[in-house]
Amino acid sequence: MASDQATCDGSLSSTDFQNAANAFAQKWNKFNSGFPEWSWIDCSNRLGFATHGVTEGYLSLQKVIFPRSMEEEHDKGSSNDQEEPFDTATLVQSTIDSDNGDRYDFHVVYSSSYRVPVLYFHAQTSDGQPLNIGEIEKNLPSKSSDVLMESKWTFITQQEHPYLNRPWYMLHPCGTSEWMKLLLADHAHNSTDRYLVSWFTVVGQVFGLKLPLEMLKS
Amino acid sequence: MQGGEKEAQRYVWDGAIPLQVHLHDSEVTTLPPPPPALILAPRIGYLPLLSSQLKPFFSGALPPGVDTIWFDYKGLPLKWYISTGVLFDLLCAEPERPWNLTVHFRGYPGNILIPCDGEDSVKWSYINSLKEAAYIIHGSSKNVMNMSQPDQVELWRSVMNGKLETYNRISSKLKLGIIEDDFSDKVNPSLKAPHTVNETEATTTLKTSRIPVRLYLCNTNQDFENLETVPPFETWDQISYINRPVELNKEGKYFTLYDAIKSILPEFFHPAAEEEGKDGVIKLVRIQGIEPKMEIPFSWVVNNLMNPDYFLHICVYINAGRPMGT
Repeated sequence: MASDQATCDGSLSSTDFQNAANAFAQKWNKFNSGFPEWSWIDCSNRLGFATHGVTEGYLSLQKVIFPRSMEEEHDKGSSNDQEEPFDTATLVQSTIDSDNGDRYDFHVVYSSSYRVPVLYFHAQTSDGQPLNIGEIEKNLPSKSSDVLMESKWTFITQQEHPYLNRPWYMLHPCGTSEWMKLLLADHAHNSTDRYLVSWFTVVGQVFGLKLPLEMLKS
Repeated sequence: MQGGEKEAQRYVWDGAIPLQVHLHDSEVTTLPPPPPALILAPRIGYLPLLSSQLKPFFSGALPPGVDTIWFDYKGLPLKWYISTGVLFDLLCAEPERPWNLTVHFRGYPGNILIPCDGEDSVKWSYINSLKEAAYIIHGSSKNVMNMSQPDQVELWRSVMNGKLETYNRISSKLKLGIIEDDFSDKVNPSLKAPHTVNETEATTTLKTSRIPVRLYLCNTNQDFENLETVPPFETWDQISYINRPVELNKEGKYFTLYDAIKSILPEFFHPAAEEEGKDGVIKLVRIQGIEPKMEIPFSWVVNNLMNPDYFLHICVYINAGRPMGT
C-alpha cells in the first residue's frame, strides 16, 4: 500500500494523518472510557471556502486535569524515582472532579513541513488563568523538566497555533520522523493505523501520560 | 556582483520601510508628549530589534516599570516573528509611507502575541524557521542543528545587520541551494560563470523538489476597486497562514509563480471558482513589496526573493465573498 510506504521514513502524508487520527481516537475512546475523549476538529472551511485535496483539521483532547496534589507529591518525591512516576489512571481525571488542578488542552496538528503530527497544548488553572512555562514545568515528570532546562528554545516553546492563530505551547517536531522511523521499523503493515499510537507513547511521556496496554496490542 | 550574490537579492536585503513610530498615549507621562521617532526598518528585520534605537528615544516619557516592547498598527498588535517587510506588505494594501506604527512598552498582549524576551527570542524564532526550511529541503534539519556556535552567531548577526556577503558565505555551508535557476542562465549566460567555479559544490548540493513557502491569505470580504479602499484589518482572524511546501514539478514547461500558487490554493483555480468571480478570487499577489508577473519562473522568484530563513513569503489578497472561519 502506498500509504504504508510513506511511513517507512517515519513521516506521514496529510491524508494518512486524518486516517491515523481517526484510528487513534477510536482506540483511545474505547479503552480510556471515563477520560476525556479525543475528537477531530474539522477546519476544512476555515478560509471561507472548501479546501481540496488537503486535510484541514486536528485532533483535540480537552480538559485533562493535572491534580495539584500530585505536583507537591512529585516535588517531595525522590529524584531517583524517574522511571514511572505516575500512573495514567490517577493522573488523567475525568472532568467531573475538576475543581482542584490545572487544566490542559491538547491538540495534535499535522505539519506539512515536517510531515509529522505536532503536539500543541494550552494549560490553565482551575479558575482560568493561563500557566506560564515555569508553572507547566512543575506539572511535568522530572525527566521532562530537565530537558526543558537544557533546551529552552528547542524542546517546548510558544508558537502560533496554526488554526487558532494564537500562542500555544508546542513540542518541537524536528526529530519526530527520526524516532518514528525506529518505532515503526518492526511493523511494516498497517503502520498508518499504528502511527499515532506509537507517536503518543513517546510524546505522552513528556507529560507522564501513558496509554492503556490494550491500545498498544492489536 | 560578487560571490554568487544576485542583484535582486541585494535589493531585498537593502530594502527598508520608513517608519514613523508613536509612543502609545497611555504610556506618555511628559508634557509635551515626545515627537514620533523616524526610523528605517529593514524589510528582512524584525520589529523588536528596533528596541535599541526606540527605547532611548522614548525612555524619558515612560512611566516606571518593566519594559516589554510591542507594536500595533491601527490597533492591531503586530506579530514580531513575521519580518517587517512581510507585515508591511500584508497590512498596508496601499503602501503607506512613512508607515505609522504605535509602540508600547507596557501591557504586552500575551493572548495574541507569542512572548518576546528580546533579541534571543527573535534569534531562535529565526533559527527554528531556518530549521523548518532545511527540513523541507533536505528531509532533515541536521545541517542547521550541527552548525558551529560561531557560525550560528555570525549568521544571525548578518541577518540582524543586513550583511549579505557574510550571510551568503555562512549560509552556503548549509547546502540549502534550493533549485536551479534555469531562467537567469538562459537570459544572461554570463551568470553561468560562478556556477562552473563551484561545480563540485553544485554537484553535491541536493536539488530539492520541495520549496519552503509561507503564504499569507488576506480575505478582504469585499470587492475593491483600488487598494486605497481596502479597510484596515481589525483582527488576525482575517488573515490565514498556509504553511505548505510547494512540490516542484520539473516535467515539461517552466514551473511558474502561477503554477506554484495554484498548487497551494487549488480552490481558486477550479473552473467553478473562476467563473464565480469575474475577475477571479485572487486580487493581489505581493512578494517583497513587488507584484510579480504570474508567468515568472518560480525558481527565479524563490532564489531571488526568499527571506534569509529560506522561506518565500507570499502575501495574497483574496475576495472569497464571505468571512473566513464560517
